[in-house]
Amino acid sequence: MHPVLKLVTQRVALGILLLLAVSVLIFAGTQILPGDVAQAILGQQATPQALANLRAQMGLNQPAYIRYFQWLFGVLHGDLGKSLANGQDIATEIGGRLANTLFLAGVSAAIIAPLSVLLGLVSALYEGRWPDKVLSAITLATVSLPEFLLGYILMFFLAVEYPIAPSVSTVFDSMSFWEKLHAVTLPVMVLVLVSVGHTMRMTRAAILNVMQSAYIETAELKGLRPFRIIWRHAFPNAISPIVNVLMVDLAYLVVGVVVTEVVFVYPGMGQYLVDHVAKRDVPVVQAVGLIFAAVYIGLNVVADVVSILANPRLRHPK
Amino acid sequence: MTRIPLSALIGLAITAAYFLAAIFAPLIAPYGFADVVGGVWDPSSAKFLLGTDSIGRDLLSRMIYGGRTTIAIATAATVLSFTTGSILGFTAAVIGGWVDQVLSRTVDLLMSIPSLIFALVVLSVMPVTVVTLILVMGLLDSTRVFRLARAVAVDITVMDFVEAARLRGEGRMWIIFREILPNALSPLVAEMGMRFIFQVLLLSTLSFLGLGVQPPMADWGGIVKSNKDGIVYGIPAALYPAIAIALLAISVNLVADWVLTRTSSLKGGRGG
Amino acid sequence: MADLILDIRNLKIEATAYPPGEPPQDIVIVDGVSLTLEKGKVLGLIGESGAGKSTIGLSAMSYGRGGVRLTGGEVRLGGQEIRAAGPRALRAIRGDRVTYVAQSAAAAFNPAKRLMDQVIETSLQHGLSTRAEAEKRAVMLFAKLGLPNPESFGNRYPHQVSGGQLQRAMTAMALCPKPDLVIFDEPTTALDVTTQIDVLAAIKEAIRDTGVAALYITHDLAVVAQVSDDILVLRHGKMVEKGSADQIINAPREAYTKALVSVRQIEHPAKPATSPVVLSVDHVTARYRGTHFDVLKDVTVELRQGQTLAVVGESGSGKSTLARVITGLLPPRSGRIRFDGRDLTPAFANRTRDDLRELQMIYQMADVAMNPRHTVGTIIGRPLEFYFGLKGEGKRRRVQELLDEIEMGKGFIDRYPAELSGGQKQRVCIARALAAKPKLIICDEVTSALDPLVADGILKLLLNLQKVEGVAYLFITHDLATVKAIADSIAVMYRGEVVRYGTKTEVLAPPFDDYTDLLLSSVPEMRLGWLEEVIAHRRMEAAGN
Repeated sequence: MHPVLKLVTQRVALGILLLLAVSVLIFAGTQILPGDVAQAILGQQATPQALANLRAQMGLNQPAYIRYFQWLFGVLHGDLGKSLANGQDIATEIGGRLANTLFLAGVSAAIIAPLSVLLGLVSALYEGRWPDKVLSAITLATVSLPEFLLGYILMFFLAVEYPIAPSVSTVFDSMSFWEKLHAVTLPVMVLVLVSVGHTMRMTRAAILNVMQSAYIETAELKGLRPFRIIWRHAFPNAISPIVNVLMVDLAYLVVGVVVTEVVFVYPGMGQYLVDHVAKRDVPVVQAVGLIFAAVYIGLNVVADVVSILANPRLRHPK
Repeated sequence: MTRIPLSALIGLAITAAYFLAAIFAPLIAPYGFADVVGGVWDPSSAKFLLGTDSIGRDLLSRMIYGGRTTIAIATAATVLSFTTGSILGFTAAVIGGWVDQVLSRTVDLLMSIPSLIFALVVLSVMPVTVVTLILVMGLLDSTRVFRLARAVAVDITVMDFVEAARLRGEGRMWIIFREILPNALSPLVAEMGMRFIFQVLLLSTLSFLGLGVQPPMADWGGIVKSNKDGIVYGIPAALYPAIAIALLAISVNLVADWVLTRTSSLKGGRGG
Repeated sequence: MADLILDIRNLKIEATAYPPGEPPQDIVIVDGVSLTLEKGKVLGLIGESGAGKSTIGLSAMSYGRGGVRLTGGEVRLGGQEIRAAGPRALRAIRGDRVTYVAQSAAAAFNPAKRLMDQVIETSLQHGLSTRAEAEKRAVMLFAKLGLPNPESFGNRYPHQVSGGQLQRAMTAMALCPKPDLVIFDEPTTALDVTTQIDVLAAIKEAIRDTGVAALYITHDLAVVAQVSDDILVLRHGKMVEKGSADQIINAPREAYTKALVSVRQIEHPAKPATSPVVLSVDHVTARYRGTHFDVLKDVTVELRQGQTLAVVGESGSGKSTLARVITGLLPPRSGRIRFDGRDLTPAFANRTRDDLRELQMIYQMADVAMNPRHTVGTIIGRPLEFYFGLKGEGKRRRVQELLDEIEMGKGFIDRYPAELSGGQKQRVCIARALAAKPKLIICDEVTSALDPLVADGILKLLLNLQKVEGVAYLFITHDLATVKAIADSIAVMYRGEVVRYGTKTEVLAPPFDDYTDLLLSSVPEMRLGWLEEVIAHRRMEAAGN
């Protein structure tokens, strides 16, 4: 087998293995810690008899590993269980919300990726001069604020004082794409602001690292034009670290999305998760936690695969 | 090395001011943190410098007490994550072998879920108390400290001077505390600043989501949560914590940057 | 003069230093250097590290590396002043009229592009020739430089060829656009000595056949004597002496040049093999964990008290592995090691404290062999405290005695390693080893990272200490001059095996085995015409067989 194919297969297999381990962890996290689901539903004052009845009814008397396999089997067949809070089927409830969350994250990613690479390139080109310093000061400020605060600051200024976008991002299925886009203006801005800073800094570091290589000096000493040096000599070597940074940071959007959705009352997965954590609705928390973890792990696998594919040593073995 | 750059000095001064305000909160705050002393969302005045909050408590006092809670919990979580993370990280690097494998793979696993999501999962079944918060935040974050401490220590253990100490017959304690630790201290201290800020942000986020510090105790995230509805009426009460957090984060960053550059300028070991 | 390619007058080069905790300051790194170079001639620039030789070389392209600035004097290339030329004018010169061969071709080639694309890039970008013409010339140069399969060589990626081949490919890249001048910056320094001689011969032939002028930069006077017409000796950024290669080698005028010429001529008659054996390595075979081949194969050597065994070999010969096996860092698969009449436990962790004490080690990189956060006093004092329980004033007195022994004297005891020069650092490491009162010190390439004159000082110190302390050395090195200077007996290693072993006189006298012959004849000698003789001799032998 070609070594690249082998490495990629290995990486994907590792990702799947990791996801399985994470599912164990999430299950264990919600089952083994003090206070079980029955306690959570009935509260601290419940009588022992009521607790025992509910436990028996929910199958909690079975050993944990059997319940885990039952849960996993269900998950693999698209059955995420029923919500404790309202008895609804979780998979059905998640459907539309997942689409909304993906829409929000997708729009943000579509802005973050080109913007942060562009800004990273600019600040690398002007290293130590004013464009670099201004960008670095702005990003230091944006990465120092949690998403929800940035959300309210934008809401205060852009929805209340100088209204250009709605303060509550309600979306319906019947809305057109452009209406939806207008609705999510502020949450997208929040996600872009919190992510671009880090991604841009890492891109800048990746480019500067490549620009310090001896082969860039060779290119300069060949009397090549600066554009050709960057495009033909630096870029092919910088693409792997940049994509890597991008993927890891996009994976981190998962966290930003949860909080941002709560701020703007956006009907997505994050909002759903937080509501049900407060209600101690364990099956929902498990399901949503697993989906977020899957996205996170998936993007990290993509990042690794890209760096494998971009490595000339692996593509052209001896 | 005796000269501290201005930016680091400013950072140090502001950070120190935060900690002093946190320690002496009862002396500084004009009112009690739970006392209803005015109307709903009174504007700022001589009596209430920052105005009052959603149920008429003095916002400045809430901010000062909130800082006390936030900083205390974040500090405790940072200390927990640092002791656990760096001791395990150094151990993994020095012993190596299966001990390292088990620890490193466990950390990989824990880090494959974003901290906030993991915290939410755990907090959905655990009672939300200050102790739980510190434990969850501290232990989750210790994975990052573990990675850094292990990486730094591995870089140092492969150095010839550590090999020389081993060949001399030195014990594990000497190698960890006399050979590795003095060289690993600066990057760890710089990272400590970053981790502290991360804890402040995480705690605020959890409180904002209603899963952190519980009312009537005040913390910065909680202040945002209870005053967020004012935003749409143009009442900026919920934004004060933003300023407080941003200023603290930037100050700590400035100090951490300085500690890091000091490290890298010593690393070359060539003096000039 | 129409033939004058390069004319540098009174060149001054400055850089900005950033000492930690202090304001940045400008430092002069080259001052008042003048040189001329005619068409078809080779000028050698020689000096120790910090002499500014690479910086001067790059000034011929008006290029300052890492913030280095050409602040004064003139750099004329074919009559055109280029020191203060603008970027557009410089782009026209670089790659077209002047080209550059770097020390590490492995780093200087772009890992993501095929060699051919990189070799002909300059010719195409400067519009010097069509792709077909450039590729034809590249293939011709590949063949001339002795690269395998010149037709298809260019299709490979840099990581797919060896270090010696990359260095030749870089020479081809420099010669491809038919420049007036090529700057060779230590092109053979990173290579093994048996590879170096071939690359050196190939470069010399290519220079002669293409008729370019060349600046040849190196720290090795014996190497530069083989390729240069003229030599310029530099020290601390200033000119020491300038003359023909013949004059510099055979009749140096300045004291510094004389020292450089006579370096590594320490005479050391081999001691008779009468003292008792202190170390015997007996049929030792070893491999690293997780690998499938032996890096040491059935190695047997002996070392007598108060004597020196030099283990010599090139990279990959297993000589450093032998040190790791003896110190117990890598337990052998088979064979045993006897030390001072007793069997040594394979793994160091199970050895007695006395075994550890009596067997000390000195490393190649003194920089990383000392904890940067410990003072010299702590570094040398720790073995005293650890093995002999010395404390306080007694320990400090003994440390000072040791410092006197390594000729460093007062005022060093409270300094940190970062405040010492390279030679001083290595001396402190020697003192640390001596502090344990060892019977045997393993010296792993201890002079390789040092400038020749400093290395000489260290070798003399080691020889003196051996007389006084009666300690034995196992001296691991790739440098035959060092071997001749210090050894009583020699083991030549090649691919994990000892191919030749005996007293110094036996090993260095013919008849030789093939590898030792190749190794010995590849070491550059400090005389003109050596390279031609060796190459001619080898061709004759090849023809004869």
